[in-house]
Amino acid sequence: MSEHAHKTPFIRKYIFSTDHKVIGIQFLMMSLFFMIIGGLLAMMVRWQLGFPEKAMPLGTLFPDKLMPEGHMGPEFYNAVFTMHASIMIFLVIIPILAGAFGNFLVPLMIGARDMAYPKLNMLSFWVAVPGGLLMASSFFTDTGAAATGWTAYPPLSAVADYTGVTAGQSMWIGAVLIVGTASIMGAVNYITTIINMRAPGMHLFRMPLTIWALFITAILQLLATPVLASVMGMLLFDRTLGTHFFAPVGGGQVLMFQHMFWFYSHPAVYIMILPAMGFVSDILATFSRKPIFGYKAMAFSIMGIAGLGFIVWGHHMFQSGMNPLLGTTFMASTMVIAVPSAIKTFNWLGTIWRGSIRFTPAMLNALAFVSTFIVGGLSGIFMASTPVDMFIHDTYFIVAHIHYVLFGGSLFGVFAAINYWYPKMFGRMMNEAVNTVHFILTFIFFNLTFFPMHMLGMAGHMRRIADPTAYDFLKPLQPLNEFITINALILGAVQVLFAGNFIISLFAGKKAERNPWHANSLEWVAPSPPPHGNFETIPTVYHGPYEFSVPGVVEDYLPQDRPAPGGAPSHTPSLSTARA
Amino acid sequence: MAHAATMNEVERYESPLTPGWGKLMMWVFLISDAMSFAGLLAAYGTVRLASAEWPVPSEVLDVPLTAVNTFILICSSVTMVKALSAIRHGNRAGFLKWLGGTMLGGLTFLGIQAWEWTHLIVHEGLSIKTSLFGATFFILTGFHGCHVLSGVIYLFCIFLRGAQGAYTAERHSPVEIAGLYWHFVDLIWILVFTFVYLIA
Repeated sequence: MSEHAHKTPFIRKYIFSTDHKVIGIQFLMMSLFFMIIGGLLAMMVRWQLGFPEKAMPLGTLFPDKLMPEGHMGPEFYNAVFTMHASIMIFLVIIPILAGAFGNFLVPLMIGARDMAYPKLNMLSFWVAVPGGLLMASSFFTDTGAAATGWTAYPPLSAVADYTGVTAGQSMWIGAVLIVGTASIMGAVNYITTIINMRAPGMHLFRMPLTIWALFITAILQLLATPVLASVMGMLLFDRTLGTHFFAPVGGGQVLMFQHMFWFYSHPAVYIMILPAMGFVSDILATFSRKPIFGYKAMAFSIMGIAGLGFIVWGHHMFQSGMNPLLGTTFMASTMVIAVPSAIKTFNWLGTIWRGSIRFTPAMLNALAFVSTFIVGGLSGIFMASTPVDMFIHDTYFIVAHIHYVLFGGSLFGVFAAINYWYPKMFGRMMNEAVNTVHFILTFIFFNLTFFPMHMLGMAGHMRRIADPTAYDFLKPLQPLNEFITINALILGAVQVLFAGNFIISLFAGKKAERNPWHANSLEWVAPSPPPHGNFETIPTVYHGPYEFSVPGVVEDYLPQDRPAPGGAPSHTPSLSTARA
Repeated sequence: MAHAATMNEVERYESPLTPGWGKLMMWVFLISDAMSFAGLLAAYGTVRLASAEWPVPSEVLDVPLTAVNTFILICSSVTMVKALSAIRHGNRAGFLKWLGGTMLGGLTFLGIQAWEWTHLIVHEGLSIKTSLFGATFFILTGFHGCHVLSGVIYLFCIFLRGAQGAYTAERHSPVEIAGLYWHFVDLIWILVFTFVYLIA
């Protein structure tokens, strides 16, 4: 095996590799790179909102057209917040959750040697990269990057004159189409791999919840992304070929875009949170040394959230105009999602209840995920209610909500996952002390940045305005805006700790053992980092992945490839159900 | 020794030519592809129902000609079934003959469609810009036409591999998988034909 690995030329091993682990790490690096860009754009947004009259530090480095004397004009501001959201959604959160961790973990956790179609997997990454570059490079066109908000609602996005952006917007649409293609290729591969390639004994209900979450996420991507592709295709034709799908002047239907866009983009918010829920479930159980509470309920609630996710898209459009009966239906179906979400939350609490909790950085980030997800989930209920939404629509309340679920939820989940699987990915440990400090500071400044936005929103502060001081009624809120900006800048600066730790540990970290966290799932059976082909021999699975503190076992964990004491493989799907 | 048995089990799963994987993956892909057509057809329905004056399709489009074309495409599905059946019986000559017939059917379909497009654009002045009728017509039939073209190329690859003797009575799942795609493209055409040409 190792001889074979030595013979593989560099370009096949690290660049055009078909190894799912290399592709996963490639996706991770791509997403972290774009996260830096997206994060810097966020800093620019905050500077402008906090100190609209002051020149931005380093602002003079930008061309005069964009930032005369370091001051951001409203047009450039529109492009900056649009690209912040688009990059964070399409090039950071989705590829890091599904692309990076999906690729790395799926074969390892189900006990397979690789994905079903390794070459398609490689293609998926090498399609995503040009898509990302296409989106990012639109900043350098004559009329700048897309400036319609990440939702790209027509007619604003359909007619170049309305925003003044010509090539940038079309490049944005093209990039979304390309990245979507990559994500469909990934989804097809994950589904086939999970259905067909599980190790002997790995029944569906013995899979770690991470795999359940990635499996359901892949189904969401498979069903929703083509609809986004068709609507983006029509928008592109409107812009370039002169069709009138979304132009009322030719009989087009503006609202149709919103329906089709949210038919994708609401499931997409679950694409952006479900995998993190899976990671967190595994991490909480491991560091509480307890079986996950209600394993099957957890798996079924993932399916419930995904299923309901397809029939709630209208709650983004209460203000756009729809039949009140339809609005009420969307309101009710949206509120029903609180049920599976609450099942998950209570099960997480049940998992850590009376556990022997180990406060590693991964565990801390996972706990932060649960707590901020509760805040973000509850503010979501506000929006689901049509009359309340009428009031808070298009305000900073929405911005606060999305950041509580996407930063507070998904991103803390990503931090937890990187902390947890870093030893397996790179064969070295990250520095725990640095990451603990990073976690504490991130958690504090995250809340100081985003919690006050709820108050701004309730006071009527609109989204997507370049200069809040231009409105008399917002002037009293400006100190709060400045407060948020200062905290956001610190929040951004704190991430240097994590980035530095990530890079230095690659070379100087302590060598990792196979199973540093004493966890049960199959990836910890393989060496760290796993060689090409993952396992010396394909493991046989005897029980579920959450067998912690099993009576009669000397250690407090029981890996999935080790039979329970008594010899015979368990015939129940998992020991935890047998004991319950 | 139980371990050795399970190893073999896994190795069987891991051979890329074992039937099962490819077919599963094709089904999964077709579900996804069906959603993209569903998106386009839903958009078509919306703009058509909301539009004040939508032309009667049969007054603009040549329905009898397209009906013949539809028949040709359906026949190519039949020849695809015959091709699969021939290779299942180990009859490679028959397999290549029927597969060639299938490709010919696909190419004829594309040829007639190209003629129809030319006629509409050059003589009738219908284009993607003129109206939503034109836009939806060209995008739906064009998107489907791309699928037929890809299908013909796909079948051509299968044909070349088949001529090299890659498929036998025991091992022919790539043929069956290509057939799944071809039948799917056929089925989609029946929907497109019904919605775009027939419903007045």
